[in-house]
Amino acid sequence: MTLVDVRDLVKHYAGERSWFGLGRARAPVRAVDGVSFTIAAGRTLGLVGESGSGKTTVGRTMLRLQEATSGKVLFDDHDVFALDATRLRGLRRRMQIVFQDPYGSLNPRMTVEDTLREPLEIHGLKGAVAALLDEVGLDAAFAKRYPHELSGGQRQRVGIARALSVEPQFIVCDEPVSALDVSVQAQVLNLLADLQGKRRLTYLFIAHDLAVVRHIADDVAVMYLGKIVERAPATEIYAQPRHPYTRALLSAVPEPTPHATKQRILLPGDIPSPAHPPSGCPFHPRCPHPRKNDRCRTEPPPLRPITPGHLAACHYAEEPM
Amino acid sequence: MTTPPIPTPGAPPVLLRVRNLKTYFVTEHGKGTARAVDDVSFELYPGETLGIVGESGCGKTVTSLSILRLVPEPPGHVLPGSLIEFEGRNLLALPAPELRAVRGNQIAMIFQEPMTSLNPVFTVGDQIAEAAIIHQHLSRSAARARAIEMLRLVGIPDPDERVDHYPHQLSGGMRQRVMIAMALVCHPKVLIADEPTTALDVTIQAQILELLDRLQSELGMAVLLITHDLGVVAGHADRVVVMYAGRVVETAPTDALFERPTHPYTEGLLAAVPRIDAPRARLHAIPGQVPAATAWPPGCRFHPRCPYAWEKCAAEEPPLLEVGNEPGHTARCWLVSEPERRVLKR
Repeated sequence: MTLVDVRDLVKHYAGERSWFGLGRARAPVRAVDGVSFTIAAGRTLGLVGESGSGKTTVGRTMLRLQEATSGKVLFDDHDVFALDATRLRGLRRRMQIVFQDPYGSLNPRMTVEDTLREPLEIHGLKGAVAALLDEVGLDAAFAKRYPHELSGGQRQRVGIARALSVEPQFIVCDEPVSALDVSVQAQVLNLLADLQGKRRLTYLFIAHDLAVVRHIADDVAVMYLGKIVERAPATEIYAQPRHPYTRALLSAVPEPTPHATKQRILLPGDIPSPAHPPSGCPFHPRCPHPRKNDRCRTEPPPLRPITPGHLAACHYAEEPM
Repeated sequence: MTTPPIPTPGAPPVLLRVRNLKTYFVTEHGKGTARAVDDVSFELYPGETLGIVGESGCGKTVTSLSILRLVPEPPGHVLPGSLIEFEGRNLLALPAPELRAVRGNQIAMIFQEPMTSLNPVFTVGDQIAEAAIIHQHLSRSAARARAIEMLRLVGIPDPDERVDHYPHQLSGGMRQRVMIAMALVCHPKVLIADEPTTALDVTIQAQILELLDRLQSELGMAVLLITHDLGVVAGHADRVVVMYAGRVVETAPTDALFERPTHPYTEGLLAAVPRIDAPRARLHAIPGQVPAATAWPPGCRFHPRCPYAWEKCAAEEPPLLEVGNEPGHTARCWLVSEPERRVLKR
């Protein structure tokens, strides 16, 4: 059953005006440019991309932490963008978010207990802070502590407990482990996987690290310059990536194996600005595909099925590189 | 990666020797002394890349800052008895003018965050040229020409134009290239690279690591590569020093470290890394967390988190012990002398 259905989501930021707001407006930043996907209940979609790809903006607009420019998000058949404030609050109980930065997302003047109790009070719920802490692997003694007394991993556990407190069905995990050390990162990833099993949670797992996503996601979508360029079941995308960008990303991950034999695809140049995306295929200036030609420079490739369930936005996705 | 020099006694001369380095910090509110780097020793040989790996708080960055005497004093201080020997001189005892002649000239450093390490009000050309003017007494115009040459060397397109740009006009990857150009302008013998790619996207990281490899073989310098990323070390270091809680816990040639990790911390860290080629499964997690630098545990500092620890580990800290018949492989663990104890207790 589909729980989350995102259709043609667009978020453009108006261009800044030069000369203290008096000059000409700059080109709008097309942060998210027509993104569609669905997530079935109890599954995890990994949303992967580099900085500026728009992955975080997708997560935030879905929960209406930012208003989208256009598009539609259906959550359990409710049109999220059409709800008034009261009904939105009701729905927010079912959709939560865990942020990347466990330092910036906890109020430094609130104890862990206050932080966890606040959402319960807002939604008029009863819940035991001690049980929540236990569920995320923290001792009950942590209830009286302030964020500065906690390590990064412990803070992220509090962030997860806060999201869980209102018993949501769906959690946007926005880079939840990228600020953590590798040993602690493993603890938090395992915790997220355990909670999903126990509470039948649905995740949108946003990350820049393809190796991390491999350990949590059922399906993976890769974003580049505001667009999804490839989407497939996780096993598929890692075994047989189709888009040249996904192939390059996979090959660029440094593996903890000396003399790794894999072929490195080194991409030239930088990620272009989303205010001035290249014409045609947005990836064409950096694309290493041997078939790259004028068509790539002029005609944007649609996201199309290559094999059943495996979509890629490349004119030459079927061909070897 | 260049050919790894084999650190056998009497063989190649040591370029940089760190001996019994102790860098402590007096913490605020008088909570005690943070022993951030606590008796660390290692050698760097000409032309090699030595990786220093560890998680936050292990002391790897403070070690690198101590080498160039960049630790702010107070609150920090390098304890007497520490030695940092470069070409026969103890850098810690050098008068300031002589130290300045080494710093940025023979030993250069690049930092993690290129935006905050570059000066926003000077052009990148001025910043690259500065070291050449100070250390090599180049004229302004010669230094500018050198800056353009360096920008070309680090792969920046249109160097004649870019030389007059300010840092904010460049992308993160370009800024890190500028940092590298600044560090290499005097052709240093040692480059200290402290998390040089941590702030960068993975495709840009791959570019910068490749650039460092190329420049190292072209210029023949030794690199001290400080990172938390075992993947970066595996692909780019000849030898590795693993740090935990202010101590060196294992040293080994890179291949040996990844094939036969001996210290339980190294073993745990390697198992905790999510791998792109492994099927979806629970990750190995090291229980607990890194202790505070003001209160390292007694005995072996890893014993509260170690799956093999026994009474001896809590009572007595092991020295760095030589592992089997492996030259250059040492581990600070009693398991080296009592391998039959390597039995998981949980």
